[in-house]
Amino acid sequence: MMAKLHITTSINGDATEFLCEPHDTLLDVLRNDLQMTGTKEGCGSGDCGACSVTVDGRLVCACLVLGVEAEGREIGTIEGVGDNDKLNVIQEKFLEHAALQCGICTPGLVVSTQALLTLNPDPTEAEARYFLAGNLCRCTGYDKIIRAVLDAAATMKGAA
Amino acid sequence: MAVVDYQAPLSIKEAVTLLAGSDIKAKVMAGGTDLIIQSKSQAAEPLRILDLKHISEMMSYDISDAGLSLGPAMCCAEFTALDDVNALYPGLVEAAYLIGSTQVQGRASIGGNLCNSSPAADTIPALMASRAECVIHGVEGERTVAVEDFVTGVGRNCMQPGELLQSIWLPRPAAGTRDAYLRFIPRSEMDIAVAGAGVSVSIDASGTCTAARVAIGAVAPTALLVPQAAAALVGTQLDESALAQAAAAASIAASPITDRRGTADYRRQIVGVLVKRAALIAKQRAQASL
Repeated sequence: MMAKLHITTSINGDATEFLCEPHDTLLDVLRNDLQMTGTKEGCGSGDCGACSVTVDGRLVCACLVLGVEAEGREIGTIEGVGDNDKLNVIQEKFLEHAALQCGICTPGLVVSTQALLTLNPDPTEAEARYFLAGNLCRCTGYDKIIRAVLDAAATMKGAA
Repeated sequence: MAVVDYQAPLSIKEAVTLLAGSDIKAKVMAGGTDLIIQSKSQAAEPLRILDLKHISEMMSYDISDAGLSLGPAMCCAEFTALDDVNALYPGLVEAAYLIGSTQVQGRASIGGNLCNSSPAADTIPALMASRAECVIHGVEGERTVAVEDFVTGVGRNCMQPGELLQSIWLPRPAAGTRDAYLRFIPRSEMDIAVAGAGVSVSIDASGTCTAARVAIGAVAPTALLVPQAAAALVGTQLDESALAQAAAAASIAASPITDRRGTADYRRQIVGVLVKRAALIAKQRAQASL
């Protein structure tokens, strides 16, 4: 057995080190080694978006990134979106619009929405739906999610 | 394949040397959206991954008067946001924009889509339409292969062990030449092509088509260039009768299968419709570029 790889990275702005096997995905590392279980595993094959994170600001599925690829990168996860005592606007709007039921897709959707609104602060409904098409939700039917996303955009725009 | 080793070469030369000298099966990785999943499904065979994303030429692009030299590992999300590329190769950009989700586009690359060599790959017909060539680096030097000669079968291409796709070359389209890509899926996002069509047309000031390329995807073991469809367009005003002939030629060239995404008959018919519609979009773009 080969020695584990020693990785130095930044997660939500905090310098972080971990050990991983070459085959471990970033999702494995986050959930199993770093106990950052906010990022969910849905399909494990890049189809559902539950494990959405950012790598150097770019939205990706953590299940399709190797842990070793985090070396020297800036990783962003759901744990970095709000504070313990204050939710991010996107999180507030998801609550307000009841844009969740079981909650498994929610962290991924919140991370993806943040990525959307960073790139496009004023999306149309169609733009939001296309951008978020890789985040599957089997409970809500998406309507409440899209309302929450558009309301978050409007609120953030109003506050800016 | 179980990933037992990971290397991140810093140059193409280093990558080719590592690829040729590996004592176990070695595969290069760009976005990994296919490779990481494949590596989980066949866990018995040890695999060394050579990550190409630390090689600057693999991740960058250069547009000149002669054309576009594209780093094959650049992710689609970066590629589709390039305004200068979109102005010249809108069809290739729309193909890249159709690959998977936003998240997948954050990893997946055009070079990876090409080397994975799926019959339904969206960028391959678009690359063929735009006369793209693959610059391949092997242990014995460099060779260039047209995209239509690159893919040889389902999941197969002409690259020999130890070779690496080092860049993708697209000649610069003149004013009056533009491309378009369309695919059909039964929903609006997140699916694999039932059929796809990439078309490039060149028109002169009178609106006459002076050259054309028509390529179809997901209707044969490989994407196909259809010269008969292109010939039906050349010399015409891209009127309804010329478009109908091109559509018929594409349908004849197709040899689709029946699967859960569509029957062979349906695919054969719809690929013609896509050729027609893509040709019209390419025509409008070509006119606007004059």
